[in-house]
Amino acid sequence: MAAKLMPAGQVGRSVQRLESRAKVTGAAEYVHNLHLPGMLHGKIHRSTRPHARIVRIDTARAQALPGVHRIITIDDVRAVIPNPYYGPAFHDQPILADGKVRFAGEPVAVALAEDRHVAEEAAALIEVDYEELPAVYDEVEATKSSAIVHEVLKPAGTFPDLKHLDGRRDTNIALDFHLVRGDADQGFAASDHVFEHVFRTQQTMHTPLEPFVSAADASADRITIHTASQGPSFVRIEIARLLGWPENRVRVKVPYLGGGFGAKLYIKLEALVAALSLIVRRPVKISLTMEEQFFTITKHPATVRIKSGVTKDGRILARRAEVWWNGGAYADVGPRVTQKSGFTAAGPYDIEHVLLDSYAVYTNRPPAGALRGFGVPQLAWAYESHTDLIARALGQSPLAFRRRNILRDGRVQATGTVMHDTPIDAVLDRLNERMGLERAYDHGSGSLRRGRGIAIGLKASIAPTTSVAMVNLYGDGTCGVYCGTVDMGQGSDTVMAQIAAEVLNLEAERVSVIHPDTDVTPYDMGTLGSRSTYHMGNAVRIAAEDARAKIAALAAELGLPPGSNAPLADLFRRKYGMQAGNIVGFGTCIGDYVPPDHDTGQSPKVTPYWMVGGAGAEVEIDTETGRFRILRLVNVADVGAPVNPRLVETQLSGGAIMQLGFTVSEAMLYRDGQLTNGSLADYKIPGFFDLPAEMENLVVDGAETSGPFGAKGVGETATFAVSPAIANAIDDAVGVRITELPITAEAIYRALRVKAGDPMGEDGR
Amino acid sequence: MSTAPRALRFTLNGAPAVAQAAPHQTLLEVLREQFNLVGARESCGQGLCGCCTVLVDGEPISSCLLLAWFADGKRIETVEGRPPDGALDPVQESFIETGAFQCGFCTPGFIVMARRLLERQPDPSDDDIRHYLSGNLCRCAAYPEILAAVKLAARRGRSA
Repeated sequence: MAAKLMPAGQVGRSVQRLESRAKVTGAAEYVHNLHLPGMLHGKIHRSTRPHARIVRIDTARAQALPGVHRIITIDDVRAVIPNPYYGPAFHDQPILADGKVRFAGEPVAVALAEDRHVAEEAAALIEVDYEELPAVYDEVEATKSSAIVHEVLKPAGTFPDLKHLDGRRDTNIALDFHLVRGDADQGFAASDHVFEHVFRTQQTMHTPLEPFVSAADASADRITIHTASQGPSFVRIEIARLLGWPENRVRVKVPYLGGGFGAKLYIKLEALVAALSLIVRRPVKISLTMEEQFFTITKHPATVRIKSGVTKDGRILARRAEVWWNGGAYADVGPRVTQKSGFTAAGPYDIEHVLLDSYAVYTNRPPAGALRGFGVPQLAWAYESHTDLIARALGQSPLAFRRRNILRDGRVQATGTVMHDTPIDAVLDRLNERMGLERAYDHGSGSLRRGRGIAIGLKASIAPTTSVAMVNLYGDGTCGVYCGTVDMGQGSDTVMAQIAAEVLNLEAERVSVIHPDTDVTPYDMGTLGSRSTYHMGNAVRIAAEDARAKIAALAAELGLPPGSNAPLADLFRRKYGMQAGNIVGFGTCIGDYVPPDHDTGQSPKVTPYWMVGGAGAEVEIDTETGRFRILRLVNVADVGAPVNPRLVETQLSGGAIMQLGFTVSEAMLYRDGQLTNGSLADYKIPGFFDLPAEMENLVVDGAETSGPFGAKGVGETATFAVSPAIANAIDDAVGVRITELPITAEAIYRALRVKAGDPMGEDGR
Repeated sequence: MSTAPRALRFTLNGAPAVAQAAPHQTLLEVLREQFNLVGARESCGQGLCGCCTVLVDGEPISSCLLLAWFADGKRIETVEGRPPDGALDPVQESFIETGAFQCGFCTPGFIVMARRLLERQPDPSDDDIRHYLSGNLCRCAAYPEILAAVKLAARRGRSA
């Protein structure tokens, strides 16, 4: 991969992960390993009903079990947190079920014991009587259903654009977002052809291998929370709000994470362990099982209805999309997904007339939040499948059709924001070059058919967000970077060290990165949405520049000539007479942003930067069984200028393989509202044999003008386009269109039978 | 049936060890809680992910499923077991050089398996490696890099 080497040679170099040794020896620190003296283990009793009123909770048998410390319900929680509802967008989620359960698997009560086996046994002895309520599971049906998940909407006060929803009653639509550009009706009327399709995606789960885990240690006026969280600053603010305490009495510490992928954001177990520790005045730890993760946070299933008006020579004049996001029983960050990704629902295309409606919908399923792409993979599944269908219907090559319609720098995206540093054209060209789309291709013969497909997704960085960093130079001249970015495997520690080292002319390997501890590290909005390299990277760069200026000032104060490169340790020694002192630099990055207009979704600056992810897939299909193999997967990304080329490549590779799981095998399955496959035995994440036979991960030359050393984010980019590229390749191979994820051999076989005029019945004949 | 803990004796990473375990406790719990060996981890809890893999009498085993009593008298080896001097072995070095991990949670399980594979088969094919490691899951999906790491370690082992 091409990398621009900077003068100091720290940025653009494939520095090995700083924590490499700790990870290969097993010594790396995770909350999973944490044991606090006097600690109790909590085990959650979960709802067995998808939607029900709680008539009675009987804890007597559980409480009587030898070794049980205490059984806790919402009534106990209220004694320490009078209004026990939390959430980043809506304060709709109770710390434990409060008179009602809204999905099967919802936490109802907690058993505490010194021995976690005792806690587990006790949790199973808690008895709950329910009065069942009608339930709704489908996101489209829920918009019209008489089954209401929340009687009244409770938006958090923090977002001015949600205020209008306050107190809205008897609806499952938590948020509706609209975007209007031009006049879609006029655009359709002027079109030669109009195409309309509906696409759906399934519910999946992040499946970090370190399951959710949090511990709290409370005293009368202080609380420390150790948690596997991607957002320690948010946790502190939200816990402080719940307790009615100032922020400086809440401390949140985060070591390494065993995977996050968007699951470990906002509040998950933190409010619960905080309440438990305050109630019993002992440290409390809760470690979820793999199964319980499915009841904690998931990826939104979505239904997308998309319609385009096109001229006969292949120009898209108008596009209308309606998107329903199945947010499950609690909003989590779903309303943000609805809006922040909703405005890209028309895809990476230059379209004069755009009309978008995006709805966050409550249902009686486990909650959905952010998962590596923040909604873009669901949208790209729809708009890139749709775009391919249009090209094929017009008899044009999908490549040529896209070339004609893609957004280019200087043109205006559907929000009204002018595109910059967003090389969609270069990503498309590179895909073409690697896939050889314009060369003759053998589609195979007999029952083995081959095909190729491409797709491109576009994502806006979430805005507005802020990162603050501190660079501390110690008495011996060594450097510590203090930042709230969580290294959950993406390699942020290493990248931040490289950026500080570049500015300060140090070796990246010798910089240490201090892990998030809200008593020590400054504010950061969260490790999410591919925002850290840009936002925290900029903050670290500015902090290092501030420190560098202070070093120069110290040298001048000591009478050294300008440009003198006396070692910092010597400067400190001259100043203090011994190895002592600090130089501390500060940096803050606030991404540029103008909020979109409430009615039209228009904004002159809807995001600080855009990210482009393209995929090319080649598949082989056995037409007698529908079985398919992915022969080749090419991932092409725009990441600006890579800070660490190898880490960039592994993010692309890892993201694409994860999305491959969401494309071909992963799906949460339900019967009567009950999850039936909440284990790795039945929910299939990719293993060694699920990889494409060949895979390439490439970046296009680029630089984000406002990014640190030209960099932008990369964590999600390779997820955008994988699913539609595969569906498009299947269409190319056998002429059938799969519109619903996951793509299975059965779905392909059924589609082939329909195409052959011999549809298969439900009985499989 | 008694649920009282019982004393167990086994060899742990080459040294004699004594532990106390109740009949329902797993080897994984004993290793983590009584010996602070935290390289093996519980993830799926069903023996499907490989995060808890250790060697028992030389054979890879899911320590989250093995009741500790069955380890009595056995030879147990964890990721921490070698090399004894705190240096890194060729498998660990290869994992670092090829960038074969991201979050690192599954890494010890992969390393234990890769060491065992290379002992049995010093020159494995790509497919041998995939087969041998197919019981280990990596959600960060560092599979291409893990394959490269095992091949690199094999090359080094053969030339050593």
